[in-house]
Amino acid sequence: MFQRLSEAGPPTLPLTIDGNAALARPGDSVAATLIGAGHADCRTTPVSGSARGPYCLMGICFDCLVEIDGRPNQQGCMIEVQAGMQIVRQEGSRPVDVEATR
Amino acid sequence: MSAVDALKPSFELAVIGAGPAGMAAAVAAAQRGVATILFDEQASPGGQIYRGVTTTPLRRRELLGDDYWHGQGLVDALLGCAADYAPRSIVWAVTRIGDGFELAVSRDGVAHLVRVAHLIVATGAQERPFPIPGWTLPGVMTVGAAQILLKTAGLVPGDGTVVAGSGPLLPLVLAQFAAAGVSVDAVLDTTPRDRRWRAAWRDVIGFATSPYLAKGVALLRRARAAGRVVRGVESLEAIGDHRIERVRYRAGGQTIELACTSLLLHQGVVPNINFANAIGCEQRWDEVQACFVPVVDAWGASSVPGVTLAGDGAGIAGARAAEAHGRIAALNAACAIGRIDPAQRAAAGAAAQADRARWLRGRRFLDVMYRPAPQYRIPVGDTVVCRCEEVTARQVLESVRLGCTGPNQMKSFLRCGMGPCQGRFCGLTVSELIAKERGSTPAEIGHYRLRFPIKPITLGELASLPQTEASEQAVVRLPK
Amino acid sequence: MNPEESDVAVIGGGLVGAAIAYGLVRLGKRVVMLDEGDIAFRAARGNFGLVWVQGKGLGMPAYGAWTQLSARQWPALAESLRAESGVDVSLEQPGGLHLCLSERELEQRVATMTRMLGQPGFEGYPFETLDHAGVARYFPQIGPSVVGATHTLLDGHVNALRLFRALHAAFVALGGNYRANHGVDRIARESVGFAIDAGGRRHVSVQVVLAAGLGNAKLGDQVGLTVPVRPMRGQIIALERARRFMHYPMGALRQTDEGTVLIGDSQEEAGFDTTVGTPILATMADRAQRIFPLLRDVRITRTWAALRVMSPDGFPIYEQSQAAPGAFVASCHSGVTLAAAHAFDLVPQILAGSLEPRLSAFSTERFHVSKAV
Repeated sequence: MFQRLSEAGPPTLPLTIDGNAALARPGDSVAATLIGAGHADCRTTPVSGSARGPYCLMGICFDCLVEIDGRPNQQGCMIEVQAGMQIVRQEGSRPVDVEATR
Repeated sequence: MSAVDALKPSFELAVIGAGPAGMAAAVAAAQRGVATILFDEQASPGGQIYRGVTTTPLRRRELLGDDYWHGQGLVDALLGCAADYAPRSIVWAVTRIGDGFELAVSRDGVAHLVRVAHLIVATGAQERPFPIPGWTLPGVMTVGAAQILLKTAGLVPGDGTVVAGSGPLLPLVLAQFAAAGVSVDAVLDTTPRDRRWRAAWRDVIGFATSPYLAKGVALLRRARAAGRVVRGVESLEAIGDHRIERVRYRAGGQTIELACTSLLLHQGVVPNINFANAIGCEQRWDEVQACFVPVVDAWGASSVPGVTLAGDGAGIAGARAAEAHGRIAALNAACAIGRIDPAQRAAAGAAAQADRARWLRGRRFLDVMYRPAPQYRIPVGDTVVCRCEEVTARQVLESVRLGCTGPNQMKSFLRCGMGPCQGRFCGLTVSELIAKERGSTPAEIGHYRLRFPIKPITLGELASLPQTEASEQAVVRLPK
Repeated sequence: MNPEESDVAVIGGGLVGAAIAYGLVRLGKRVVMLDEGDIAFRAARGNFGLVWVQGKGLGMPAYGAWTQLSARQWPALAESLRAESGVDVSLEQPGGLHLCLSERELEQRVATMTRMLGQPGFEGYPFETLDHAGVARYFPQIGPSVVGATHTLLDGHVNALRLFRALHAAFVALGGNYRANHGVDRIARESVGFAIDAGGRRHVSVQVVLAAGLGNAKLGDQVGLTVPVRPMRGQIIALERARRFMHYPMGALRQTDEGTVLIGDSQEEAGFDTTVGTPILATMADRAQRIFPLLRDVRITRTWAALRVMSPDGFPIYEQSQAAPGAFVASCHSGVTLAAAHAFDLVPQILAGSLEPRLSAFSTERFHVSKAV
């Protein structure tokens, strides 16, 4: 598990994780936010349904994929948290929604 | 200049990667009046070694150390020079146009095309794969990932953290943890016990007279404060149901299990070769570093005309060597586009070449010393080799027994290497596994042939690029 | 070193070679499959996984019949592969659609299908012309740009990578001899067959089948066969896995049983260059997202280009050498669709020592090419 140094400052950004209200630290990536909140896993794989979590945090392992604001398979480590963001841990293959059509 | 909003349609030089090599290259090129743009996928500069140098909440110098803060100078130079700097920009494809190139760049989900005469690829290094049983469990991360959490988010290991592996990065990170007042439960050192005595005397002397010895001694002293160190760890296994719960290791003839909520792995870094490979750069197998390295000359010129490589992506040599290499690469680019001639290049580059040579001295000792043991590079049984497609070592070996000769054929058999990471975390493992099973060498077996897009992009973004009459005819094929 | 002996040497380990080799070992023959190394041209990599019937055979009714025969025998191929290799190739033959994105495209398509079915001697089958609403019954998410389609019940698809693995695994399981890194240097006619120099050793076999794709041209010269094939570059885009929403294959867009969406199917003369070109990819991507707008945000994980094997008229080539009887060539563009015909129908003819008259349309005589003697 990970803990926060006081230098980091308090989490003040409201967002939701799996529908639950949470506060994130401005400037954190989505992946760091999940890890900081104690979530080691962020998805299950399409191939076998195994649990996975962030591994490299530098954008090349693609294990940190989560749904952000309704868009699946986003690399959590490459995206900075925003107020009101809806982060959802995902299961298996991404859906292809009719609603996503704009 | 600071980050640009709009992209100009053409430049003389594009640099890819805002680590030390890329930043130094962009600055040096701009100083020579070369119209330059630096593309980087991250939101702020620094690459990985100086990750977060402009944004980190950890401003106390002794926390991250002087070496880290050296990066601030490079960033200041970048933002103050005449080169355009484009963060959050992923160059995902390169097409040859005449003597130059057309780059496809993704920014905020929109595709742009930029023409350049010359390309410096400074995409840096990545963590070497560390395929132990259970390495895909949530809670298992690279040491580099932990360092990113530290630098960018002020997150540090809590209870139940075990660090495992080998390599010069470990003492650095442990020293940083120690400076932050954090200790880990254990450090499982997988450096083979006999390794110290294997290094040639020449290498030892090189190391002893290099900048690294003093740094290393100081770091090790601080690092020991950070956790109990177990040496000579011969095997590692991460165990747990849906996340890591224990780590099992073998050392000194005993098998021991430690409860663990976070396992940080590291066994060195290797060049991130995907970009260079996809653009067609020749590469070779480096037996000492046990990885594939692009082939470059003394100026960083690759086998592809118009493409220069710089930094750890052209061969692992550390941040300071990368910085010097960036300056060297900029001179090569300037020469390639005719701004200076080879004699001027040699004269102007003498200082950077000497600087780089200084930082290279002693690397070979580190390479020999920290070459990961075979059991950590070549897994067996049900250990996952390809994380994306969940292909195991057993399956890879079965394919070889069916007659599969190399990693590209292996892809067709098993989908191994077809996932979004595009072989970054399985390429080396697969090449070594096949080589061992066939009684060959990775040099002979080769590596995945990689292609663009170098990172996944959306269909909509690809569709937004220009089409031609010829492309329409090739796809739609209406009878004439 | 003693030469290796076999009844039949199959040159080429791609879909054509592997299917033929598999068919041969099933009949108890001693077979060696001689394949090149890891970086070979490998047209098989350009296959789209379709078991496709509709639209094939305009200009050669025999090709329409051959294709339909293969489609009919495909379930038997899938079953025997499963039994012998343990690999399920996920054959689905639910029928398929050829989509049209303009009225002109649809008109041309219907005209082509009608002309094809109207050829004398063509083995006919019913097809439907669908308007947009008709297509939407198959694909509720279909985009407004889709004007219509032609549909038949005969079309299907298969997991092509698993097919490849199954053929090789079954071949080995049934006692076949697979030799990789054995590009053929030389084939010579001997008294009781052929001597083949490959991979630094000699192989002797009673019969030899050239199934080496683009390599057949050079090999053919050595056994009195002139094989005029040329490379045709095909590019393919693969998207990240998605939950299954496409339950029918289309000619240029399909979703595998694992969820990967594949976009084909370009064709260009590009020599031996396998670099991927962005304009063609852009056209393919544009077309795919007009077909399914909901794919717009789905990511591309990889693209590749393969050199497919094209004869002058696009139809297969099957022939036995007159100068060197016992030497056969088998070459085609649709290695997946024809895998069943190759394994179950072509193979017995090869073993019988002569190709039946119904395959005579596929000989190279149609090109009026003079043969080397």
